[in-house]
Amino acid sequence: MNMNRDQLKSTALDVLRGIAPEVEPNTLEPAIPLRHQVDLDSMDWLNFLIGLHERLGVNIPESENANLVTLDNVLDFLQAHGQD
Amino acid sequence: MSDFKLPSLGADMDAGTLERWLVAPGDTVKRGQVVAVVETSKAAVDVEIWQDGQIEELKVQSGQKVPVGTVLATLRTTVPTRDQTPKQTPELIPEPTPEPILKTPTRSSDKSTPDRPQPISSKAQPAQTTQAAEQTVPAVPAPTQPVPASASRVRISPAARKRALKIGLDWSRLKGSGVQSSVVLADLEHISQAKQVSAASPSGVLAGRQQAMRRAIAAAMSRSKREIPHNYLSESIPMTLALAWLQQHNAGVVITERLLPAVLQLKAVALALQQVPQLNGHYVDGEFHSVDAVHAGMAIALRGGGLVAPALHDVQSKPLTVLMRELTDLVKRARAGSLRSSEMSDPTVTVTNLGDQGVESVFGVIYPPQVALVGFGAISARPVVEAELVCARPVVTASLAADHRVTDGHQGALFLTALRELLQSPEQLEMP
Repeated sequence: MNMNRDQLKSTALDVLRGIAPEVEPNTLEPAIPLRHQVDLDSMDWLNFLIGLHERLGVNIPESENANLVTLDNVLDFLQAHGQD
Repeated sequence: MSDFKLPSLGADMDAGTLERWLVAPGDTVKRGQVVAVVETSKAAVDVEIWQDGQIEELKVQSGQKVPVGTVLATLRTTVPTRDQTPKQTPELIPEPTPEPILKTPTRSSDKSTPDRPQPISSKAQPAQTTQAAEQTVPAVPAPTQPVPASASRVRISPAARKRALKIGLDWSRLKGSGVQSSVVLADLEHISQAKQVSAASPSGVLAGRQQAMRRAIAAAMSRSKREIPHNYLSESIPMTLALAWLQQHNAGVVITERLLPAVLQLKAVALALQQVPQLNGHYVDGEFHSVDAVHAGMAIALRGGGLVAPALHDVQSKPLTVLMRELTDLVKRARAGSLRSSEMSDPTVTVTNLGDQGVESVFGVIYPPQVALVGFGAISARPVVEAELVCARPVVTASLAADHRVTDGHQGALFLTALRELLQSPEQLEMP
């Protein structure tokens, strides 16, 4: 089950809204750090990654954390590491 | 036979509205079981019973607003031992006398949710059986508005009641379309649709609740600053070893078992408090009562504003993975507005972590009747001298706000030193 980028994005936003219900998906800039746009503490961020892991079955090693900053980063990673 | 009273729900809450009972007369209950849901300005609190027994009579009806200490139900106890009563019951830890500012929330919160029915019947008088209860609520909030006498007689289905409470609707004057003219969900839909068009939109109700919470925080913090002579200390704590340990741990586990630095810090606080017990407990009626276990009130910022600091119990004896799991759950429930009465009533110290916001340090306001607040700022790379060389190392500033009536700077310094040392041997934090 391969998802295209739009589907991944919609899943990611879904997970994000579960954590930060006030988020307006349309106003998010995909190239600007997510935590500059949404009030997410480190636990929220971890829960976001756990949510992605659970929904998509993608393993996200902690060493990747520093690279995952913007929504684009996250989607790039998910596309590259999604299951075949 | 014993009385089951509305437990203290924290210094900034002196009353609650019984939303619904989860038990009925004749039901057998176990200590710790959630028996009722009480609505407060901060959350819908699941009220736990503190004794095994059988429910005899429910003394307070759904929709009634009653002060802390009110007898909610009578209980037939199977084993009549006093030992079963945990320390945290209001009888043993009476809440300090509410300040004048705390005596008025009934009136002020009514303003914010004018439609919410708050019948205060004669049953709402505080229990007279214990001295503590008398002290807790010396002045029963007198009925500050005409009691909707009919409120208790209007029948309403549980689902409709829940909905009505949620949207802040007074059902006392409604005539329902259900059995025996009871108000059912469909009746509310008509009205709430109409209301949405008028002034009281859901966002208006939310704003009202936030206003009420703001006032509750204002009351508790004003009282703290009036009564508690705070003293403040801070210490820079190297986090190199703790973060290295954490990195290694996290690399070897699945993402759901990952730990955050905040959990290491929390456990270290609990173990350090065991070395300086004068910082862990309650100051009541001019006297400090230390508590053996560390029930850490975790300051949790709510989305959209407000703050709640429910207890994470027995931090000193729990493994890190358990603490992480419980903290995650606590944050989730706090933000969803669903907490347990024991979490609201018995924190022995507050821990606040503002590091995620990027501040260097925090000097907190103690939450009465506690006597200390421990704060952490951001972990950031700072210049540190090692072997006469300046290196960049991760460092966190830990701070302590302590009640000078109970401790002096000396004990505070001992605590922060212990905290620093504990964080230098992270593998020990895993041990109970």
